[in-house]
Amino acid sequence: MKHYDKIIFELSRAGRKGYELPADKYGVDGMAEIPADLLRTQEAELPEVSELEVVRHYTNLSNKNFGVDTGFYPLGSCTMKYNPKINEELAALPAFMSLHPLQDEKAIQGALELYWNLQRMLSNIAGLAEFTLNPYAGAHGELTGLMVMRQYHRSRGDHKRTKVIVPNSAHGTNPASAMVAGLEVVEVKSKPNGSIDVEDLKPLLDDTIAGIMMTNPNTLGMFETEILEIADLVHKAGGLLYYDGANLNPLLGKVRPGDMGFDIMHINLHKTFSTPHGGGGPGSGPVGVAKHLVQFLPNPHVVKREDGTFTISEGEESLGNISTFLGNFGVMMKAYAYILSLGKENIKNVGPLATLNANYIKESLKDDYLLPIDGVCKHEFVFDGLKDKSTGVTTLNVAKRLLDYGFHAPTIYFPLLFHESMMIEPTETESKETLDDFIEVMHKVAKESRETPEVVKEAPLTTLVRKLDETTAAKNPILNYRTLKAAEA
Amino acid sequence: MSNRYMPHTEEDLKAMLDKIGVASIDDLYVDVPGEVIYKEEYDIPSAMSEIELRKHFEELAGKNRTLTVFGGGGVYDHYSPSVIGHLLARSEFYTAYTPYQPEISQGTLQYIFEYQSMISELTGLEATNASMYDGATAAAEVMFMMVASAKKRNRVLISDTIAGNVIKVVKTYASFHGVDVTVIPEKDGVTDLAAIDKELETGDVAGVIVPTPNKYGIIEDFTGLADKVHAAKGYLGVYADPSTLAVLKTPVEWGADVACGDGQSLGMPMAFGGPYLGFISCNKSMIRKMPGRVVGATKDADGKRAFVLTLQAREQHIRREKATSNICSNQSLMALYATIYLSLLGKEGLKEVNVMSCDGAHYLYNRLIATGKFTPAFNKPFLKEFVVKTDLDMEKINKRLLDNGIMGGILLGDGMVEFAVTEKRTKEEIDNLVNLMTEEQ
Repeated sequence: MKHYDKIIFELSRAGRKGYELPADKYGVDGMAEIPADLLRTQEAELPEVSELEVVRHYTNLSNKNFGVDTGFYPLGSCTMKYNPKINEELAALPAFMSLHPLQDEKAIQGALELYWNLQRMLSNIAGLAEFTLNPYAGAHGELTGLMVMRQYHRSRGDHKRTKVIVPNSAHGTNPASAMVAGLEVVEVKSKPNGSIDVEDLKPLLDDTIAGIMMTNPNTLGMFETEILEIADLVHKAGGLLYYDGANLNPLLGKVRPGDMGFDIMHINLHKTFSTPHGGGGPGSGPVGVAKHLVQFLPNPHVVKREDGTFTISEGEESLGNISTFLGNFGVMMKAYAYILSLGKENIKNVGPLATLNANYIKESLKDDYLLPIDGVCKHEFVFDGLKDKSTGVTTLNVAKRLLDYGFHAPTIYFPLLFHESMMIEPTETESKETLDDFIEVMHKVAKESRETPEVVKEAPLTTLVRKLDETTAAKNPILNYRTLKAAEA
Repeated sequence: MSNRYMPHTEEDLKAMLDKIGVASIDDLYVDVPGEVIYKEEYDIPSAMSEIELRKHFEELAGKNRTLTVFGGGGVYDHYSPSVIGHLLARSEFYTAYTPYQPEISQGTLQYIFEYQSMISELTGLEATNASMYDGATAAAEVMFMMVASAKKRNRVLISDTIAGNVIKVVKTYASFHGVDVTVIPEKDGVTDLAAIDKELETGDVAGVIVPTPNKYGIIEDFTGLADKVHAAKGYLGVYADPSTLAVLKTPVEWGADVACGDGQSLGMPMAFGGPYLGFISCNKSMIRKMPGRVVGATKDADGKRAFVLTLQAREQHIRREKATSNICSNQSLMALYATIYLSLLGKEGLKEVNVMSCDGAHYLYNRLIATGKFTPAFNKPFLKEFVVKTDLDMEKINKRLLDNGIMGGILLGDGMVEFAVTEKRTKEEIDNLVNLMTEEQ
């Protein structure tokens, strides 16, 4: 249905149902045992719809979405690679999905083995000693990693170290995670190419610094060539290095974060290891640490016994618990399947091919788009909008025009180092033909911007909905159907 | 260099390298110091075809056991209707990311709006966010909301009748962020309300968090609590099992300002602990302190109804170090799960699920008490989960149950055993459980 515009509540008719339960089977009236004043008096107005109506409704909603399976999704910093279908199927196996997390250890050995294997694989790929898979997302991993950092200093009685250094080009989550972890953020300046300014860093490194958060390649997709010197400086000052794994993809097969001197890192399984982004989650943000930090990882943790069986352990020096159980197990299963599918022979090509794809787009488009930093990039790069600034066409306009041509837009207005940032990350799973199509359309939009800028400024023109009134939405928030119904009445 | 997920032919490689103007892919890494280049081979197995991969997973699966579950502890074996799996498998949903481009993300935005609406129906509180990681982290964020909303107060009271693993997470967050958490002791299986009164007297309490039902399955009575907390200028939060809110007194009816909990009970697979979702609902007074994403209704340039992420000025990606939370995503697909579940079950179905679970739990309870080998632990009202006491060797009995494909009750120590019953359990399964537990060995 092309113009489907119903909300599920609008399909509701009293008495309709989309479920069936067994007939009364116990001969007991349990509810009669609960005093009336502990029961709700006003009914929850959930919809009453038939099964087919539910199926059609959500199928129609899915048609209003754009995913990696729909088309090219060059959203910088999000690593929107292909999500292999076999992984979905394996992760749905009832023998895993039906496990209660508190089941006897003997009845979950397969799950624990998978879990432990993944801990080991990630440790090897990262060049670190051990991983916790408990964190639910990248930002949750950052928070957990910073807690490890603080727990390390606490364990040494070093309570002065309450500050963490974050580059001004960092992902917005870095300073926010630091805040939540109770750390004060100290900004270190970036050089024009986005790299950390080592001269600016040096005077910041005193005995109040818990550590530094970095990503490498940085948010401009450029490798931090002075990383070894930075690691040395931070370590000598008594701090730890945290690696934001958001940009890990180009390093697969080439560089291990642990070998660059990082002590703590998180990995986004939903980026580097192909698990679906799910419209925003569930993700998974495992945290890895160097040998001297293993005891501080969160509880609980999966370990292998000498007899080859697996168990769940709790450590006394641990920073504590950061999740109800052992994290998003269903997501881990998919990452595990992905690593095994690629194997050691193919996984080493992930980084190089992701880097190749990014450089190919960059070199193909730098005639029409402003490339502020020349030179080889890694998995992504940033344009500062169109080269020709006279047309008045902004990065937002270009992004919206791309939607008309059937592509997802790049990440826009991030990083904040440039006014018209357009961050493009193609990933290694895209073919040359797809990249060529994208390049062609980007050139076409540049041409339109010169010849008919008003068209580009009006974009999108062909999407199911057009430009949205975000101001009114924020001023008078309508956050549920009841409020919407009242507002529309 | 190609494989089934990487399509580059030799010809492609050459053409692309020519365009870039380098001789080899290695030249794209010239800026990387030689000493950090990884020259070894990863210590992972060789590539597996689908056939091999499937075999490997089947082998692992064979080391798990699917049980008839009588354990709860915050995770319940409710039924997941078939439709949900089919709809969640639509890749337009699961291969999308956060709806940054609303024009091509109306599907995601609308189901989040529907999710928010349904959770608000359950909690009675008008603003619900797009979901959190899990119940425990949602509770920790509610603690932060309370501290941020109640200016200059830095202490939060949390009832010890909230599940232990939730309290642990709240304490971890509190310890690093610097919030004082006071755990209110339990008395006869319920929150010691007199202890809350006493703590409120000090005037530094930002908020109080209590559960429904509590960790023993008991439906606690919080009559009068909200007035006291509000009189002391604090906020009241309720940690709730959302499924049970179809029948139990809601957070808003208890006078709460904010509610949170874990969405697993909304038909989600137990999945060895995740993914589930956490929810947060609040009233107007706390809305701008609510973490995470929120979807609002609006109109497009043609006046057509549409949905968009809103209230983003609160968010970390704009506020950076002023942020009060670092969450920048949600458990979106699990929110879709809950939304479809609640659409199918609907107004009557969710009530029936609770009634049936409640009947089954009471049937099991009655049978256990009738054996004479179990006694009530608390004698308080419960819905689908309850605790009994026994002198039997429960460790031994649970092993026997496991041998028979059953996950028995959770052992709480001191002879206390906790059972949960959902609509999936049959009378025969319950009878079998009781017989196996009480047979002489």
